[in-house]
Amino acid sequence: MFNKNKTDNINTKKDASELSFFSERYGDLKLGHNSKSNVDVEVVSRKKIDTNYKVGGVLDQEQRNNWKAWLYLAPVLILMAVFLIYPLIDTILISFMKNYNYIKGTFDGFTFDNFGAVLGLTTINGATETRVIQYALPNTFILVFITVPISIFIALLISVLLNSIKWFQKIFQVIFFLPYVTNTIAIGMVFSVIFDSNGLINFIFGLGDFKWIYGADRWIAMIPLCIYIIWSALPFKILILLSGLQGIDKQYYDAAKIDSTPKWKVLTKITIPALSPQILYLMVTSFIGAFKEYASIVGLFGQAGTTQGSYELYTIVYYIYDNLNSNTSFAAAAAVILFAIILVFTFIQLKLSKSRVYY
Amino acid sequence: MKDIIATKKYIDFGEENTLENNIILSIKEGNKSVDVIRKSDKIRKIVSMVIVYILLTFMALLVVFPFYWMLITALKNNNEILSSTQTFFPSIVMWSNFVYVFQVFDFLTYMTNTIVVAVFSTIGTLITTIFASFAFARLNFKGREALFAVFLMTMMIPGEMMVISNYITVASFGWVGENATRLDAYLAMIIPFWVSVFYIYLLRQNFKQIPNELYLASKVDGKSDWNFLWKVMVPLAAPTLISITILKFMGTWNSYVWPNLVTTKNEFRLISNGLRGSSFVDAESGRIEYGYQMAATVIVTVPLFLLFIFFRKYIMRGVGRAGIKG
Repeated sequence: MFNKNKTDNINTKKDASELSFFSERYGDLKLGHNSKSNVDVEVVSRKKIDTNYKVGGVLDQEQRNNWKAWLYLAPVLILMAVFLIYPLIDTILISFMKNYNYIKGTFDGFTFDNFGAVLGLTTINGATETRVIQYALPNTFILVFITVPISIFIALLISVLLNSIKWFQKIFQVIFFLPYVTNTIAIGMVFSVIFDSNGLINFIFGLGDFKWIYGADRWIAMIPLCIYIIWSALPFKILILLSGLQGIDKQYYDAAKIDSTPKWKVLTKITIPALSPQILYLMVTSFIGAFKEYASIVGLFGQAGTTQGSYELYTIVYYIYDNLNSNTSFAAAAAVILFAIILVFTFIQLKLSKSRVYY
Repeated sequence: MKDIIATKKYIDFGEENTLENNIILSIKEGNKSVDVIRKSDKIRKIVSMVIVYILLTFMALLVVFPFYWMLITALKNNNEILSSTQTFFPSIVMWSNFVYVFQVFDFLTYMTNTIVVAVFSTIGTLITTIFASFAFARLNFKGREALFAVFLMTMMIPGEMMVISNYITVASFGWVGENATRLDAYLAMIIPFWVSVFYIYLLRQNFKQIPNELYLASKVDGKSDWNFLWKVMVPLAAPTLISITILKFMGTWNSYVWPNLVTTKNEFRLISNGLRGSSFVDAESGRIEYGYQMAATVIVTVPLFLLFIFFRKYIMRGVGRAGIKG
């Protein structure tokens, strides 16, 4: 396994010129140990070799055991092919299929109508689908652009404060992590009780029986929803930012202290630039997460709107799940639209980050 | 420069000329002695610390408050919950709420379902993850880096892209529908989640840290790759594997959408579905019985909290490197 001659070609059927090269260098070589030149010779292959064959250590031996690696990867690759790659392609295809029936697997040719229908541009069977353009898309974007910046800002504030204290830091850290270890549906129901018209918020602020949840105006209902989403988004962000803060080199702060730099300047010129990789990571992941908001709405409202049968609080994902059975092609089209939006946003963020992130 | 000259005469040159004393040179207030400046600095520091602690405590209270409210609402009777003056502690502690919920809410069935699904999907995930990470971290094969890059890219695809076709696939296996048995329902909830690219990434990083020398040594001893994987790598990566197990368990406890889609009968569903699906509505007034509802949420939340208390370190480390629920 461990050959002492690591680079030389050794083959019993070498042509004359190569053999003379060996004999010049090592003298006559025999199989086994050659004590004169201190070289081990071993037959690696009796096949005619036309490319240079290198005899090396363990890792090179493995290279010939390619199949073994694929065997280890087989379970993952099979499962991924069935539950990831195939569905991905299939969903894109379904989104172009006309009158697709998932039970029978039948469809009448390909069309762009599904996208048109979802976006309210084409009329199908005399009806126009307005719920996506009216509710799902705007709601999704509002939730994304309100909750992501606010939660990152609050998380940044809390983690900077946490990083500056000496006592009880661990305890605070654990408390701020608690919302992560919960059931989204369960705590959504708790928020629903707090914001109930007979609930605590109305009592504290003396609002009588103002409606936040059931029977509320669409825009009012967004407030508890956003608060809940931000509340549940904080722990992960604080954890990431705090570990980022603890990794910043103390030298920068010492230098700033000597120059008696004001605190806010230390924050904006040292801390935030040094945290930019973490902030970028959080931006990308939480944008993707916020575009897929669904469970929090189910937890808080239990339905797609503030009143029974309304769709005021639809998000794209909610629409997908609601229509999966009845309008499979529409759901697929909405999923493709969501995928495209996420791709574009991730791409833009990575592009913008090139000039703003310091690694 | 000007400021420094102005303060210079107040500096006690009797002291040693240390760095600490030099720093005072930059102080701008010209007519204060060193002691006064030091004292005011100290006071300012203490005051700002107090403010920081007050702010943090305030925010921590906001974070914890929903849990507190859940608990006390679960112990109130409905009249107190709906009364115009809210109380911060139940006037009569209603333990009977929990008794009622245990009778009505089929907690045990949902709990059993959730644990079965969690255990088997975790075992499956661990096996596939260990194999794949081993191949990526230790074995050489053509196209390794390219394949790994493709794996990482798939993390960007939203799960909703796959849900539709996966539903159709699972249905075509006969796991969904009116005739689906309990086993079918379990299979539908377990098998599609046996692969997690994220965990493969996490474990591969961990495997890569295991030094090459250990591998070479085991090779010299004539150990096979298989033996090396189970006898050396897996024990060394145990903390990561525990993190993965717990996060996966929490993910199952939280999963709502997929179980809701693929199961037709209530008794096959998981805890989140049971919670949102059961209505604690008073038959006479049509009002939601919040006391019962909150008692149910307490029952659902407590196991997660217990898990957190015992495995805090693993959870926080796993999430810190990860971030994806489930």
